[in-house]
Amino acid sequence: MKNRVYQALLVLACVSLALGIGGGCSKRTGRQEERIRIVGSTSVFPFAEMLAEAYEETKPGVRVDVQAGGSTVGIVSVRDGICDIGTSSRELRDAEKNGVTIIEIARDGIAVIVHRSNKLDSLTKKQIRDIYAKKITNWKELGGDDASIAFVTREEGSGTRGAFDEIVMGEGTRISPSGLVQDSNGSIREAVATSPHAIGYISLALVNEKVRAIKVDGVAPTHENLAEAKYPVVRPFLFVVKGQPKGQVKEFIDFVLGPKGQEVLNKEGLLSPIVK
Amino acid sequence: MSLTKDRLVSPVLLAIACFSIAALFVIGLFIFVEGLPIMVKVGVWKFIGSTDWSPLEGKFGILAMIAGSLAVAAGTLVVAVPFGVGCAIYLSEFASKRAVTLIKPAVELLFAIPSVVYGFVGVLFIVPFVREHLGGAGHGFCILTASFVLGIRVLPVIVGISVDALQAVPKVYRDGSLALGATKWQTTTMVTLKAARSGILAGVILGMANVIGETMAVIMVIGNAVVMPNSPLDSVRTLTSNIALEMGYAEGDHRRALFATGVVLFIITMILNTLTRYVTGSRVRKKK
Repeated sequence: MKNRVYQALLVLACVSLALGIGGGCSKRTGRQEERIRIVGSTSVFPFAEMLAEAYEETKPGVRVDVQAGGSTVGIVSVRDGICDIGTSSRELRDAEKNGVTIIEIARDGIAVIVHRSNKLDSLTKKQIRDIYAKKITNWKELGGDDASIAFVTREEGSGTRGAFDEIVMGEGTRISPSGLVQDSNGSIREAVATSPHAIGYISLALVNEKVRAIKVDGVAPTHENLAEAKYPVVRPFLFVVKGQPKGQVKEFIDFVLGPKGQEVLNKEGLLSPIVK
Repeated sequence: MSLTKDRLVSPVLLAIACFSIAALFVIGLFIFVEGLPIMVKVGVWKFIGSTDWSPLEGKFGILAMIAGSLAVAAGTLVVAVPFGVGCAIYLSEFASKRAVTLIKPAVELLFAIPSVVYGFVGVLFIVPFVREHLGGAGHGFCILTASFVLGIRVLPVIVGISVDALQAVPKVYRDGSLALGATKWQTTTMVTLKAARSGILAGVILGMANVIGETMAVIMVIGNAVVMPNSPLDSVRTLTSNIALEMGYAEGDHRRALFATGVVLFIITMILNTLTRYVTGSRVRKKK
């Protein structure tokens, strides 16, 4: 008897599993609310979420889904039609530009951060380049303590790394492979906050009191200096759309570029795009 | 009536069993289909024999990562084997029943703690400790730190299998040894441990496979620099952390190269798993 109950349960489980799989597929067709799917840069992600929230408030019935995967993932996904908007925190490579519209929604500074106890006030772009190329390996050479430098970088393919590479390292100089690698702004900040002799770079909007952002070429990474284009390490935050934006997607982009959207971004420490 | 049902149950269960085999097959096939072409394109020997990993410039060499994985596995064994086997000997040979009911579940619980928690504890406590007291090129993010963190993580695997192996040794062996006048410790080292050694070895190899497959905790504490390991205080990158770190941003050949990294990982873990089966198999044969 017990055996029978067991068998019945087993069959039931199999059947419901099969139905579950089938049912899951059929559900998708009945779409009622409008959806905008955004995928891309982990740096843009927190801001895209805020924009989505603000937009959903003004437009009931529209849902904006935001996912983080990386700039490259965003660009590839939008080209493949997996999402409506791809986000990128680096300029697109030439091969990626075909058939897409690129919209700059904001600019973000990349702050060079050190441990709070580090007495150094300013570094030149060349000094930072030499640190990351492993030509300068001791803080002593820069007027600091006699301690070896732990330079922390992002993984290959990251938008922040791409922008840092382009702006600071330039052509022909590579970030040394012996640098410590962390896979997000947050974990670089954590690594630098806990290591007295570390240096790293993260999105300016994510700098907090645990670390210290130093001056680059004598210019502090403040909003004023960014707005006046004095601070040298700045990168764009981009929306990428396949073809031309239309319908709901266009309305969302207009909202982001409009006063309300920009207010959200400015409040979080990002700069409005330069109107060309 | 019940006969027909009986006939039905067997194929249904077979189908379920086949499903798990199919999953293994599909995953394996997928990794190889995605990864092999780039290995062939780069050249298999160049892929596993070069240390230059700059995927955006089309340079795919994972030797540094293979060496990193092996270095971490070796370091972990140095930490985990003495503790694991020691713990197993105590639990199986010396501990009272009450002590066993207390210690064994506690050790097993270690395995239930999520990997990311190990990494977090490592970053907060072990990394600063190593940096302040030992220094080194990795500033605390190094093989030694990872070995400690992972050593604790695989302890339950080694302890569990070693205890089973020790308890599988027939009681008459111990009784005979004791009757001949050997002390308990002499009996343990000269008789019981010897009889159980292939089982213990299997546990160690399985633990090593676990370490090589471990990802999250390793990423957090090892620093992930792409260099060949020269000292336990160097930061290195393992095969798993290479895949997990760069997957989010990779496209094209870069992405395929990460799958190819998975191919190498797959082969290494397969070898270790087969080795475990071989070692335990030989024990069974010996017993007969």
